[in-house]
Amino acid sequence: MANYSTNEFKPGLKVMLDGDPCAILENEYVKPGKGQAFNRVKVRNLKTGRVNERTFKSGDSLEGADVMDRDMEYLYTDGEFWHFMATDGSFEQFGADEKAVGDTSNWLKEQVVYTITLFNGSPIAVTPPNFVELEVVETDPGVRGDTSGGGNKPAKLVTGAVVKVPLFINVGDVLKVDTRTADYVGRA
Amino acid sequence: MIDWQPSAPLANLRRRAQIIAGIRRFFAERDVLEVDTPTLSAAAVSDPHLFPFAAEYVPEGGGQAQTLYLHTSPEYPMKRLLAAGSGCIWQLCRVYRNGESGSRHNPEFSMLEWYRLGFDHHQLMDEVDELVDSVLGCGRSRRVTYAALFAEHLGVDIHGCEDAELARLGREHCDFRGELDRDGWLNLLFSHCIEPRLLQPTMVFAFPASQAALARVVEGDDRVPSAARFELFIQGMELANGYFELTDAAEQLRRFESDQQSREVFGRAALPIDRRLVSALQQGLPECAGVALGVDRLVMLALNASHIDEVIAFPLQRA
Repeated sequence: MANYSTNEFKPGLKVMLDGDPCAILENEYVKPGKGQAFNRVKVRNLKTGRVNERTFKSGDSLEGADVMDRDMEYLYTDGEFWHFMATDGSFEQFGADEKAVGDTSNWLKEQVVYTITLFNGSPIAVTPPNFVELEVVETDPGVRGDTSGGGNKPAKLVTGAVVKVPLFINVGDVLKVDTRTADYVGRA
Repeated sequence: MIDWQPSAPLANLRRRAQIIAGIRRFFAERDVLEVDTPTLSAAAVSDPHLFPFAAEYVPEGGGQAQTLYLHTSPEYPMKRLLAAGSGCIWQLCRVYRNGESGSRHNPEFSMLEWYRLGFDHHQLMDEVDELVDSVLGCGRSRRVTYAALFAEHLGVDIHGCEDAELARLGREHCDFRGELDRDGWLNLLFSHCIEPRLLQPTMVFAFPASQAALARVVEGDDRVPSAARFELFIQGMELANGYFELTDAAEQLRRFESDQQSREVFGRAALPIDRRLVSALQQGLPECAGVALGVDRLVMLALNASHIDEVIAFPLQRA
């Protein structure tokens, strides 16, 4: 991969830092009137999702990271890997391990399309769509007629995720959930 | 669409014009002479961390071409005017620094520079306060030494500590992994850990003697001899840099030569030394203090702007 100098650290650029692929989020040029110039850079580690700040001398460079986002449909899990298939017509399949799937396992549903981040050709992260529709498998019986949304109770979804739902929701209902906040949005 | 329009709202440009008119009045009232010095010069400022733009003068009809540098500040020719007996002078000009672009930097920017005969740096700090207060209404600045700020914000005594201690702090606070010299670590810590916290007007003085630039080194401002240099910070932004000026020609020549060596260490091209400035100092520079102030940043503060593009009609990307 090419090397990128601090002045090329634009938001979105993927670079290697301490052996991990990272995305540049922000890059601030810091130069006193007298003295050395620095770049204060905010990066997201694409493996862990963690955001860090790092300072470089202006002109330092980092190796680019071979990182690509691809849309893929979730197929199934064999217990060790979660299998996805590219939706670009190539029918290419990829197995993502537990580390790559992370909390997204709460929102996995067959035939739904996810964004898979590939690093050197292997999945390192799975990003769900903002909303998914999932069935309730366990919750206290619904309170008939209560559609006011005044109270709430926990409901377990088919994926194992637990979300807070209004009292009228029943087992078997299909819910629309915001994957960014794990909030109940409505009945699908 | 081609971005032909100014990046600064016209209202900001009107405010900018008012501020500049105010600056003119400020110096007229004090009987300071406005001067003009060349933008293109044969020598460049020696500062190892500045990159001047170079241009070619080619005589029409043929002959030897000459490399000229766009000035990074007008300090050398202004000092030659002082040595020639000009008295107190000021100048508002565009200066050029290659490679500098960011939220507070544009490669060409407006600098206000002035020199006061018979002033030392403390008297000039008072006058800088008056000028800045006339624009921002922010009152008198806090005065604090460079070393006191390190003690206050980082709990380190920069007069007593080893380089390794500064390096440890730099790695801890700024997550910086490279190597720097002592002044490099001080600069890193100052710009990352101290400067952002200087929100109220703060005049920092008594810089390390190794960062004197064109200031004389004096006793009495700090526990150890220090550079008679000051910088003003407001809202975490460096606004002005001033000196009780060095008048010793031999010392000036030594600093030029040391800057040349530093440029070599940093792998930067050598630049011609300004022999005319050295000759002027040999002739005799009157006792004076001088300061340079970033006018774009002053306008940013007046308008509460977060990016320099908001106060410049056409920054680099639209030039």
